[in-house]
Amino acid sequence: MLDLLVSTLTQGLIYALISFGVYITYSILDFPDLGVDGTFPLGAAVTAVLLVKGVNPWLTLPAAMAVGALAGLFTGVVHVKLGVRNLLAGIITMTALFSVNLQIAGSNLTVDRGTDTIFTSAPVTALLGDMSLMGRKLVVSLFLTLAVKLVLDAYFRTKSGLLLRAVGDNAGLVTSLAQDRGAVKLLGLVISNALVALGGCVVVHEQRSFSATMGTGQLVYGLAAVIIGVSLMNFYAASPLARGLVERKGLRLLALPAGTTSVILGSILYKLCVQAALSAGLPANMMKLVTAALFLLVLVLSGRKGEAIIHA
Amino acid sequence: MLELRNVTKVYNAGTVSEQRLFQDFSLTVEEGQFVAIVGGNGSGKTSLLNIICGSIPIEAGDVLVKGESILKWKDYQRYATMGRVYQDPSAGTCPNLTMLENLSLADNKGKPFNLRRGVDRRRTDYYREQLRALGLGLEDKLNVKMGSLSGGQRQAVALLMATMTPLRFLILDEHTAALDPKTAEVIMALTDKVVREKRLTAVMVTHNLRYAVEYGDRILMMNQGRVALDRAGEEKRTISMEDILTMFNKISIECGN
Repeated sequence: MLDLLVSTLTQGLIYALISFGVYITYSILDFPDLGVDGTFPLGAAVTAVLLVKGVNPWLTLPAAMAVGALAGLFTGVVHVKLGVRNLLAGIITMTALFSVNLQIAGSNLTVDRGTDTIFTSAPVTALLGDMSLMGRKLVVSLFLTLAVKLVLDAYFRTKSGLLLRAVGDNAGLVTSLAQDRGAVKLLGLVISNALVALGGCVVVHEQRSFSATMGTGQLVYGLAAVIIGVSLMNFYAASPLARGLVERKGLRLLALPAGTTSVILGSILYKLCVQAALSAGLPANMMKLVTAALFLLVLVLSGRKGEAIIHA
Repeated sequence: MLELRNVTKVYNAGTVSEQRLFQDFSLTVEEGQFVAIVGGNGSGKTSLLNIICGSIPIEAGDVLVKGESILKWKDYQRYATMGRVYQDPSAGTCPNLTMLENLSLADNKGKPFNLRRGVDRRRTDYYREQLRALGLGLEDKLNVKMGSLSGGQRQAVALLMATMTPLRFLILDEHTAALDPKTAEVIMALTDKVVREKRLTAVMVTHNLRYAVEYGDRILMMNQGRVALDRAGEEKRTISMEDILTMFNKISIECGN
């Protein structure tokens, strides 16, 4: 039972990386980027190939992010420069990447037990050697996800980050600031897809396998995590508890959690829900059905039904 | 100096609903002039502003600033020296960003949007001072999300943001139309003050004939893509509300409005 909880928590943390990406496109840019379903396995494919070739496992992280960024750039160019609608631009990238991913990986790949991953590599075992592999996975995922969260939070407070948040909120304002709104969207897509690919990368380290179809449903997963997290946080922010905390100077931050914090919580909660459904006896083949059903439930309960939640 | 030269603008070209709005339309706005444009619906007022700002393409003609064509410039490039306030008070600000973040964005216009801190705390005193000058009690609301302010408050901030950095032209697109009469007066007085203090060249479209008579140093009445009346300087100062109303009614009757 505890093992199951730890592994679900780990999964929630790893998949939060993907949800960060979805948060940037869907929630900040107001851009439902279906390319996610292709970028996620892209990051995974590159990682699997590099690991099999014996490359240092830590180097696969920036490598996956770089190819993810390229995929985001592609979606962005198709949308911004060629003027294709956002939904279709993502579908084009997703479809194209399916073949690209198979070209990169050759076929479905397994990383054998003898190959080091980030969870078994030297610096981690030196630091956390006494811990079980499962414990190490939790600690490393927690560290990675929090690191990405903090970097993102810091970025959102920069001039560039502020402009990114502005473009989804009111693109016209960005134009009147004499900035090219298309370029800002492009930047957002690049960052988002780099994060999604990073998620795919860490998943390969965790499960030691790549399959061409592993991207199916990832956008839905990310959306669900974002919507659960943001809805809960809005609910919390309106509660008397949060309003009480706002008044206290030192505790102000607790009352106004960052969007990225909401996304991590949403991701963990969603993994817990899916795991609960599977533990209740649903066969693993039903996982995507459960994912979709839960997503529908979340949409209806949150009262969003798919319209944008701009949460800049 | 801002110039439209022989502009032709056709909507839905080549279809049954083709509509030729401007044909060989020319207009020159002198440096430092404050032009008020009035006219009925469909007379081409807003299209005129959109052509100046590059929001819509034109079929023929040229747009020039100080004699240099800016026709090929993208809209965002033109905004480097232009500010615009829209009819919709939510169009000029970001509703989900705080007022401080909104002002910081506007303050950074003309400078790179890089990885430096987005909000410069040292500037907050300056922002407060600017907000206090608006007289709407906004100086204590820097950390409030823009979307929770009233339309009038948002419009005042939008005006402040549009004119915060040095600029040459101010484009006002019926910017008091969505406000209650009292707030509209406040915003109009603020606009006049800003235009004078910063010596801006301003083009204001308004449905309020009284504002067009009272403010600015030139009045244009548009009708079906043509200038029906154009008074500047002394001629503008002596024009009365009745003159404008008579003219306006005459045009409206001709058009069957």
